[in-house]
Amino acid sequence: MARELTIKVLRYDPQQKSNGSVKAYFQEYKIKEADSMTIYLALTQIRETLDAGLSFDFVCRAGICGSCAMMINGRPKLACRTLTKDLPNEIILLPLPTFNLIKDLSVNTGVWMDAMSKRVESWIHSSKEIDIANIEEPVEPEVADAVFELDRCIECGCCVAGCGTKLIKEDFVGAVGLNRVARFECDPHDERTIDDYYELVGDDNGIFGCMTLLGCEDTCPKHLPLQNKIAYMRRKLATVQGS
Amino acid sequence: MKIKYCDALVIGGGLAGLRAAVAAAQKGLSTTVLSLVPVKRSHSAAAQGGMQASLGNAKMSEGDNEDVHFTDTVKGSDWGCDQEVARMFVTTAPKAIRELASWGVPWTRIKRGNHEAVINTKRTTIFEDNDKHGLINSRDFGGTKKWRTCYTSDATGHTMLFAVANESLRLNVNIEDRKEAIALIHHENRCYGAIVRDLITGEIAAYVSKGTLIATGGYGRIYEITTNAVICEGIGTAIALETGIAKLGNMEAVQFHPTPLFPSGILLTEGCRGDGGVLRDKDGHRFMPDYEPEKKDLASRDVVSRRMMEHMRKGKGVESPYGTHLWLDISILGREHIEKNLRDVQEICEYFAGIDPADEGRKGWAPVHPMQHYSMGGIRTKPTGESPTLKGLFSAGEAACWDMHGFNRLGGNSVSETVVAGMIVGNYFADFCIENQIDIKTEIIEKFVFEKEAYMKELVSKDTGEDVFRIKNRMKRIMQEYVGIFRDGEGLEKAVSELEQLYVKSKNVAVKNKQLSANPELEEAYRVPMMLKVALCVAKGALDRTESRGAHTREDYPKRDDANWLKRTLTSWKEGDLMPTVEYEPLDIMKMEIPPGFRGYGAKGNLIENPQSAIRQQEVDEIREKMESEGKDRYEIQEALMPFELQSEYKRVNIRLGDK
Repeated sequence: MARELTIKVLRYDPQQKSNGSVKAYFQEYKIKEADSMTIYLALTQIRETLDAGLSFDFVCRAGICGSCAMMINGRPKLACRTLTKDLPNEIILLPLPTFNLIKDLSVNTGVWMDAMSKRVESWIHSSKEIDIANIEEPVEPEVADAVFELDRCIECGCCVAGCGTKLIKEDFVGAVGLNRVARFECDPHDERTIDDYYELVGDDNGIFGCMTLLGCEDTCPKHLPLQNKIAYMRRKLATVQGS
Repeated sequence: MKIKYCDALVIGGGLAGLRAAVAAAQKGLSTTVLSLVPVKRSHSAAAQGGMQASLGNAKMSEGDNEDVHFTDTVKGSDWGCDQEVARMFVTTAPKAIRELASWGVPWTRIKRGNHEAVINTKRTTIFEDNDKHGLINSRDFGGTKKWRTCYTSDATGHTMLFAVANESLRLNVNIEDRKEAIALIHHENRCYGAIVRDLITGEIAAYVSKGTLIATGGYGRIYEITTNAVICEGIGTAIALETGIAKLGNMEAVQFHPTPLFPSGILLTEGCRGDGGVLRDKDGHRFMPDYEPEKKDLASRDVVSRRMMEHMRKGKGVESPYGTHLWLDISILGREHIEKNLRDVQEICEYFAGIDPADEGRKGWAPVHPMQHYSMGGIRTKPTGESPTLKGLFSAGEAACWDMHGFNRLGGNSVSETVVAGMIVGNYFADFCIENQIDIKTEIIEKFVFEKEAYMKELVSKDTGEDVFRIKNRMKRIMQEYVGIFRDGEGLEKAVSELEQLYVKSKNVAVKNKQLSANPELEEAYRVPMMLKVALCVAKGALDRTESRGAHTREDYPKRDDANWLKRTLTSWKEGDLMPTVEYEPLDIMKMEIPPGFRGYGAKGNLIENPQSAIRQQEVDEIREKMESEGKDRYEIQEALMPFELQSEYKRVNIRLGDK
C-alpha cells in the first residue's frame, strides 16, 4: 500500500509585506506516495493539483545545479535527489536560513554567491599573456585532479545554512567562500600568494571565524573536504607576518 | 515605468550567453546578462562528458586536426549543416579550450606511461609519451574518428560554466538573475532590447540596448520526457518568433539521447560508452554490433537511439512497471575508473535508481531509454550570429540555428559550440554594439511595456477558464507520442491539429493565484502559449519535411532525399495566426567543401541523390589533386575549396605537439 504523506511547508511572501496581515504559517498538503518519489516530484504534484501559488526552485532536478537546497526535516539537503521513501510520513520543509527569502521555499542564493565570488576574487589572477593558438601550459595530472576536487562545489548553500558561525556573524564568508580560496591556492594558473589570500579572508569574517562545528562538511551534498581545507588554509594564513 | 539602458544585452546566462558577454565586456561595453536563475545554475552545468576540440594531444587523438573534426561534424549533421560555420567552429574550438584552461578549468590531463582503457569491451594498454605529460587529455565519443572530447571527469559543463561565470564577474558584467525577457523591443526590422519581468517583484521593465543576443538554450521541455532542466522551455526562441520578423531554422531537428536513466530522464553521459560502456538487452546481449558493426555503441546519437527503439520493438527490451527499457553496462570499466571519471554518473545511479553501476554484472546495469535531449533548431542566424531579418538581434548556443549541427549533433560538439559561438558571435555582436546607436523613441518603448503590463493584469483577472497545467501536460504528451524518434504523416497531422486547438485554449487560461509578484502559475500562463508556438513550429516542420535526415526520421519517407530536401526549414509567426509560416532556404552543394555522400550507417541505397553532388565531388577532387601536386598545404587547399570568414585572431593556425 502506498503511504499517504503529509507535507508541511512554511509559507511566507515578503512581497506582500506592505499588507500587515500577511504572516508566516505552515500549510499542510496530503499526497499519495509514488514509487521512487523525490521531493521534487512531490512539490511539482502539489503545485499542479493542490496549490498553484506555492513557490520553490528546481533547475536540473538531477543533483548537479544546486538550486533546490532546502531544510528537509531539519537538515539542509538537495530536494531533487531526496527520496520520500527515506523520510517519515510527515515531511517538514523550510527555506534555507541565512539567505534572503523570496517566497515560501525559494531563497535568493544567486545574489549572495555572486557577492561571495567577488569578495574572494574567485577567478584566476595571472600576469601572463596567453596565446590561445599555442599549446597549453602542462599541468601535473594530480594537481589538475586536486583542483577539480575543490572546483566541484555547486554553490547550493547547504554549508552556509548548516553553519553556526554564519548564524552568529552575518558577514562570515562561509565554507563555500573558504573552499574557493583553497581551490585557487592550489591552481598553478593562479599567481596569488598566501599574503594575498590573507588580505581577502585573514580575519574573523573569514578563515579565523570558523568554529569548526563541522556543519558544512556534514551537509555538503558533493562531499567536499571542507573542514580539512579550512584547517589547511588557516594554518597557512596563520603564518603570515604582515607588514 | 523603468527603462534601463546598456550597450550590449544578453538574454540567457549559460555558457554561450556568458562567453558572449565576456566578449562584449572585453571591448569595454556596458553589458547586462539576464537569467532566469543564478547563472551558475544554468543548464550548461549539466553537460557531463566533455567538449570536442582537436588538440591531438593524447595517443588516441594523434593525427587529429580541424579537417578531421570538420569531416566528422559534416557527416554527423547528415549534410544538413552550414559548412562554412562548421569550419569557423572547428578552427576556433582548440583556442576555446586553451583559453578556458588559462581561466582555470581543471581539464583532466595526460599522465605519461602506460594506462588501461576499455575499447570494444577489451582491456587495452595505451602508452603516453613523455612530451604529452600534463597536456589536456581527451576521451572517445560517438561519431568521431579520433578521441577528441576533452573533459573534467564527468562534470565538464560545471567546471566550464564556473570559469566563464567567474570571468564575467571579474569583468564587471552586470548579471541580473531571476529576470525573464518576455518580449523583444523592435521597430522597423531593428531590435532594441527586451521587455523584462522581474520574477520576484513582478515588475515589468524595458531593457534598451544597442544590440541584443539571445542565448537561452533549447526547448526540450515541450516534450514529456527530456534530459533538459526545467528552465529549458524555449521562451527565448519564442520571443524571437513572436516578433514576426526573426525566423527559426530547422525546428523539426530534435535530438534524442540514447542513455538517460529510465524513468527519471536524468542524463548518463555519452562518456559512459565513450569510455567503453555498452548497451545490453533483456538477455544481457550486447546488441549494437549486430546493427552497426563498425561504430557499434558509438555510432551517432540519432543512429543509436533508433537502433535501441528498433530492438525494443523486436521484444528485446526489459519490461518494468514504467514501460520497456534497455541496460547500460559500465561495470566492465572497473570500479576505479568509474569512481574517478564517471563519479556523477555513479551518484545519479545511486540516488535515482538505487544501484551502484560499479557493481559487477547485472546488479550494476542502469536502466536507460532514449529521450529528448537537444534542439538542433533555433533562431536562424547568419555566420556572424545575427538574424538575417531582424537587425541587431543575435543568437548563440543551443537557442540559435547558427547551423553547425544540421540534423544531428555529435556529442561534445554542443558544449564546445557554446563557448566557440560565444567567442565568434560574441565578437561580431560586440562590434555591432560599438558601431550602432540606439535611435528609438521612448514612446515606442513605452507601448511595449504598457502592453505587457496590461497582459499580466488580464491574465490574473479571469475567474473561469482553462487550467494551464493541463494544457501544458497535454502538449508534452502530444510531442512525445507523435513528434518523437520515429515520425509519420498520420501522427504528425494529429499533432499539428491538436496543438493548434491547445494553442487556442491556452489563450483562455484562468489563473487561480491572483498576485502579480512571485507567482509560478502566472509564469506558466504566459509561457505556455509561447511554448505551444514553438511546439507547432517543430511539428509542422516535421510534417512538411517528407524525408529522413539525421534525427528527423519519417517512417513513411525512410530515405534521405537530397534531390528535394537539401534545404533548411524556416518558420516564422505572423501576429494573430494559429500556425507558423513555413518556407525553405536551399543549401548550395556547389559551395560545399564536402558534397553530400554516404554517411556510413545502415544500407547504402537509403539515399535519393542530388545530381549536383557528383559534379561538385569531381570539382573538389580535381582542385585537391592539382593543389597537392603543386605542394600546397592543407590550409591552402581548404581555402581554395571553401573560403570562410572568421576574425583573424581565431583564424590563426592552431599549434599542436610535433608541429614545426
